[in-house]
Amino acid sequence: MLKFNSFRGGIHPPDSKITASKAIEKAKLPATVIILLHQHVGAPCEPLVKEGDEVKAGQKIGDSDSFVSAPVHSSISGVVKEISTQLSPIGSEVQGIIIESDGRDESAKLEAIDPATASKREISARIREAGIVGLGGEAFPTHVKLSPPEGKEIDTVILNGSECEPCMTSDHRLMLEQPDKVVKGMKIIMKVLDVDRGFIGIEDNKRDAIERMIEVVEKEGDRRIKVVPLKTKYPQGAERIIIKTILNREIPSGGYSCDIGVIVQNVSTTKAIYDAVYEGIPLIERVVTVTGDVKEPKNLLVRIGTSFHELIEECGGFRGEKGKILNGGPMRGIAQYKDVPVIKSIRCILVLDIEKSRIPEERECTSCGTCIEACPIGLMPTALGKLVRKKRFEDCTDYHILDCVECGSCTYVCPSKIPLVQLITYGKEEIKRSENA
Amino acid sequence: MPELIVSPSPHVRSDASIDTIFYAVTIALIPATVCGIYLFGIHALYVILVCISSAMLTEYVAMRLMGEMELSMDDLLHLRLPPPTGVIITGLLLALCLPPRIPLWMAAIGAAFAVAFGKCAFGGLGFNIFNPALVGRAFLTASWPVAMTTWTNPLTYDAITTATPLGLWKMQTIATPYMDLALGTVGGSIGETSAIALLIGGIYLIAKRYIDWRTPLSYIGTVAVLAFVLGQDPIFHILAGGLFLGAFFMATDYVTTPITRKGRIIFGVGAGIIVVVIRLIGGYPEGVCFSILLMNAFTPLIDRHVRPQVYGVKRKSFFVSSANK
Repeated sequence: MLKFNSFRGGIHPPDSKITASKAIEKAKLPATVIILLHQHVGAPCEPLVKEGDEVKAGQKIGDSDSFVSAPVHSSISGVVKEISTQLSPIGSEVQGIIIESDGRDESAKLEAIDPATASKREISARIREAGIVGLGGEAFPTHVKLSPPEGKEIDTVILNGSECEPCMTSDHRLMLEQPDKVVKGMKIIMKVLDVDRGFIGIEDNKRDAIERMIEVVEKEGDRRIKVVPLKTKYPQGAERIIIKTILNREIPSGGYSCDIGVIVQNVSTTKAIYDAVYEGIPLIERVVTVTGDVKEPKNLLVRIGTSFHELIEECGGFRGEKGKILNGGPMRGIAQYKDVPVIKSIRCILVLDIEKSRIPEERECTSCGTCIEACPIGLMPTALGKLVRKKRFEDCTDYHILDCVECGSCTYVCPSKIPLVQLITYGKEEIKRSENA
Repeated sequence: MPELIVSPSPHVRSDASIDTIFYAVTIALIPATVCGIYLFGIHALYVILVCISSAMLTEYVAMRLMGEMELSMDDLLHLRLPPPTGVIITGLLLALCLPPRIPLWMAAIGAAFAVAFGKCAFGGLGFNIFNPALVGRAFLTASWPVAMTTWTNPLTYDAITTATPLGLWKMQTIATPYMDLALGTVGGSIGETSAIALLIGGIYLIAKRYIDWRTPLSYIGTVAVLAFVLGQDPIFHILAGGLFLGAFFMATDYVTTPITRKGRIIFGVGAGIIVVVIRLIGGYPEGVCFSILLMNAFTPLIDRHVRPQVYGVKRKSFFVSSANK
């Protein structure tokens, strides 16, 4: 079943994980935070507080009636200063609640639940109440993922600890420092989904994490869970790819992982589930790798809503001339143009100096086929790029443009430096727009 | 606060560029080039230099005429030229498949034709359908058939004419020893005779992953198998003539050959069949040049119908029939 624990295509960018040996540090308590009311996939939250209200850390301050949504909590104790439109690190403008700290850091906890005796419904409700979303970057509300549609039988849970994106080490450190919480969180998911097969996939550039996780799984004495070392190759951690690597199953085109009976969760997410269930702590902080061209790169335990600039300052500030600030790693990160607050799905803040930020000059395509060999999905990126430029979107669909996972491998390898994934993403947007019209 | 740069991901790119690939191909051709000069003397060097200069000059003129490049006299005098990507390889490859004693003016015209009509007329790098060097060679073969089939003895450095191994085999059924074919001490084009020198360059490019091994393997393999099935000596047929030069350096040209792995195998097998058919049945003793040019013509068709298997999409037949519905 396990075929070399690898997949076709993919690339080997320099991994630059310079913070791999740095223990997680608690970041300074921020003086103000901006809690965005829309940090997830689904409906935005409505504020539950108004200007002047006093709040505690962990207090719910925004929620929505929609099923596909997740509440947000204050990450510090203090006073609500303002509710206004803010810029989100994923590029949209959403409502945000600005909270000024009172410096006391008083917290409001939920009651702890014992997962051994609690019902599935209770646990699921707690996961929602704690505001947990996919912390691997997708930010899909976890309680929704844990209630698959009628008729979809889930038989496997995959815990994604591959962290294939260069520069990031937050998941790596979490697996090293709190492996028991990660595994216990995973077992909660398996209970809720009634699944008795689980895999923990970790890229083999994190040998120490693999060993730690194996140790913990053995200590737990849980024979249902197996740690699987995966070949280090980008994008190993993409949902479609990790399922294919571990189970040799393919999500049908246009479908979801539950269609083939699999749920994939990130290790940070299961750690958050542990906190919510065993400790009653809502999702108000997470580990963020602040790295790249900062003087002192670190893995920081950060309160949600802390400003990017504050965290960069905490890491000694910029090294060299400022170029880019990214939410995420070099392959999929989103470039920022203003200061923005940390939201739940942020794993890494990457700073690039001006040299590394230059956009290379584009040349003609020589049909070398390197992009096709790099594509983990089996698409023809160069053909798609040319069709998108000619706005022949119908032909793009024929070339399966909608199956692109936007990993960026094609753009990375292209010797002519053609912005292939950028063109493809644009093409997908255009197709979706015309479908909705 | 200084402005931040904003661009869509990815924010890193690999080091490979078109130029590094073209330099690697040029380096890979050095063994065969040196061998050719050693075997056929100083005139071979002149042919190579003339071909490269003529090709470069033609490209500059053509690009200026097409308005693709703005070059002032000052730029020219100070040699501030854009990198001659690809065109050096075109000139060199053409020279390597020309007879050692070809008149220099003929070589110059061939290179100019190759670049002007084989490449620039289609719109330059990335747009041509046929391998430019082979277009030049085909043009010269059609224009000056005698000069293009006058071969000289290796290592004697005089103008004593001889026949190529394939010519000897076709006209007089004389077989050439394998060792001579491997070393290149036989009559033939400047760069095609030494199988070993070409193999070194080819393996270098494959090891560097700049070319796909599938093309030369399927091409040479098809020739060997087909020759064997038809009662010929397969080793002779793969070592003699321009097969190695074609298989490693021309059938692997990115622009004019298929883009997918499956497509490259189809290309190699097709070209292999054509070579054997021309050698055994056709009027010419050698068919590498035309086999590649003919398969070049099929490349757009192959690229349209042969596509990789897409993740999560039900396996279809080998060919995509719904293309461009």
